[in-house]
Amino acid sequence: MNFSVVTSQFWSLCLQGVALGLIYSLISLGYTMVYGVLRLINFANSEVFMVGTFSILFIQVSILKHPLNIKPIHGFQLIGALLLSLVGAMLVCALLAMLVELVAYRRLRAHGTNRLASLISAIGTSIFLSESFRILTHSRPQTSPRLLEKWTFGEIAGANFRIDTVMAIVASIAIFFALDQFVNRSRLGAAIRAVSMSEENSRLMGINLNRVVTLTFAIGGLTTGAAAFFYTTIYENTQFNVGFNLGIAAFTAAVLGGIGNLRGAFYGGLALGLIEQFASAILGSQWKAVTVFLVLVLVLLIKPSGIFGEAVQQTRT
Amino acid sequence: MLNIRDKGAEVWEGWNRPKRVAFVLISIFVAGLLPFAANWGPTSFLNTPITSFQNVLVYPVGMFILMALGLNIVVGKSGLLDLGYVAFFAIGAYSQAILSTKFGWSTWEVLPVGIGIAMFSGMLLGLPALRLRGDYLAIITLGFGEIVRIIALNSKQTGGPNGVAGIPNPPAVFGFKFDLMHPEHYFWLVLGMILLVVWMIRRFTVRRPGRAWEAIRQDEDVAALMGVNTLVYKLWSFVIGAAVGGAAGVLYASKVMVISPDMFKFDVSVLILACVVFGGIGNIWGVILGAGILAYLPDRIRFISDARQVIFGLVLIIMMNVRPDGLLPRKKREKISEKSKK
Repeated sequence: MNFSVVTSQFWSLCLQGVALGLIYSLISLGYTMVYGVLRLINFANSEVFMVGTFSILFIQVSILKHPLNIKPIHGFQLIGALLLSLVGAMLVCALLAMLVELVAYRRLRAHGTNRLASLISAIGTSIFLSESFRILTHSRPQTSPRLLEKWTFGEIAGANFRIDTVMAIVASIAIFFALDQFVNRSRLGAAIRAVSMSEENSRLMGINLNRVVTLTFAIGGLTTGAAAFFYTTIYENTQFNVGFNLGIAAFTAAVLGGIGNLRGAFYGGLALGLIEQFASAILGSQWKAVTVFLVLVLVLLIKPSGIFGEAVQQTRT
Repeated sequence: MLNIRDKGAEVWEGWNRPKRVAFVLISIFVAGLLPFAANWGPTSFLNTPITSFQNVLVYPVGMFILMALGLNIVVGKSGLLDLGYVAFFAIGAYSQAILSTKFGWSTWEVLPVGIGIAMFSGMLLGLPALRLRGDYLAIITLGFGEIVRIIALNSKQTGGPNGVAGIPNPPAVFGFKFDLMHPEHYFWLVLGMILLVVWMIRRFTVRRPGRAWEAIRQDEDVAALMGVNTLVYKLWSFVIGAAVGGAAGVLYASKVMVISPDMFKFDVSVLILACVVFGGIGNIWGVILGAGILAYLPDRIRFISDARQVIFGLVLIIMMNVRPDGLLPRKKREKISEKSKK
């Protein structure tokens, strides 16, 4: 127990917590969007994230030819490289998520079978992807090249505003804002909301269900890809099983905020990131997962639909 | 699709009592002969390349069948999704490890205590968690599984990441020795426990708890309206499932003699759940078959050592797409009522 750290590093912990939390929120969209539409825990999303981190590595090392020991680059070259990695990862993840839906879920959904079958199918996909990458990387952690020099904007109240942290925070908020606008304003967004309210009725209204589902998976993939980009720029390494812990944390974030709820995912992720940072500072990092789950249990007991409630209230399973 | 389960049930119902008894006895006898299958000509293809076949039969095959049967009570019978079943396995294993190395208890003395501790923790988890609906229950149980593992990893009493070593084997019973030289004795022990659990589940199924679970699985609200105390029966199914997991854990620890937190990761919970769904949720024979295949397969295909988990993942995807109800699905009449719910 070390409470003094809370007062001495309060703002620094807050900043790191927010950055980590936003990464969680972006991943948790891959769970929450799909859950909202299909009432299905998309277990394979953690592996989509993992593939995203590797795709960034691939883009930076093999396509842009940045060996690991090269000096950071500057100017337009830097912006171009970063943008290419970000967009590339987002596209790879979106395509993969759509593929996963096609291979693992679509047939099962068409037959109207039980949800557990889809869950096992998702778990199978997850094992397949992570084991393939384990073999490809010989179980070794991979370091990503440092494109971005880690200069800092300066310290405010002990919090170190480093460029990568700031970039992750600002860009995540922008992505969330854009997505929120898309879902609440656009026609396709209305279709997604309709399907999440009632699959049957939205089909009667002439909504192409398969297209909406694919779109949902694609959106989840896009945000997960963005999360993979921010994760690799901040932590600069990845591994075949990186998706597991982040996936569980992101799913917890989704539940915390109220699964199926877009804004809930945002705040749930933030809350989780902050709780994790403070818990690991006070109790030691080995206990952070326990604290996170205890918080989750408490929240669910007091308010079973999550802090912000579900998008569609479902009292029955 | 062909429903072997229903065909089998038809044949079974056509038989009279002596025929049934004879069939059951012969089946048990054949199952008891399994450890020798690897050395007998026609069935020698079953032999596993690296670990000896008899050891594979005990762990993973026997243990996974036992645990899958236990999880089946929770997931299959009363329809509660439990993603942290490995926690009870770990609790059983650690009770055996600590009680035997620190207090010198024998396995037979630990067994009831270990089961008791697992049941108690099942109740502790179930009381708050079972008030929640399906998917939240899943995440809470998942969290519980991780918490148990992390506590084992970080506290001194459990030996931290190194785990506990030097766990004694069970003492001999009726001249059956349980040591490294006699894996077949272990197998018979596990087989006995599997039979006991099967018998228990079958008795439960035709009595009040079984009917209550069935009602809860089909529609919890209606069950509650009909006067079923849903929380109590859900708790019962949870606690009984935990007891089976705890028993498997006690046996496992005394078999492998060294345990560490690494053995109780989330993957194991997932694998047990996969066994249940793969074989056919809710159907005992399907679950046994599914667990047998899924536990045995990775050891049999060890020659493609690196890719075997990849193939395992592929098998899961393909199986679920081709036979989403599992290898041996539930009885048709049970399924019809499930369909009409939609």
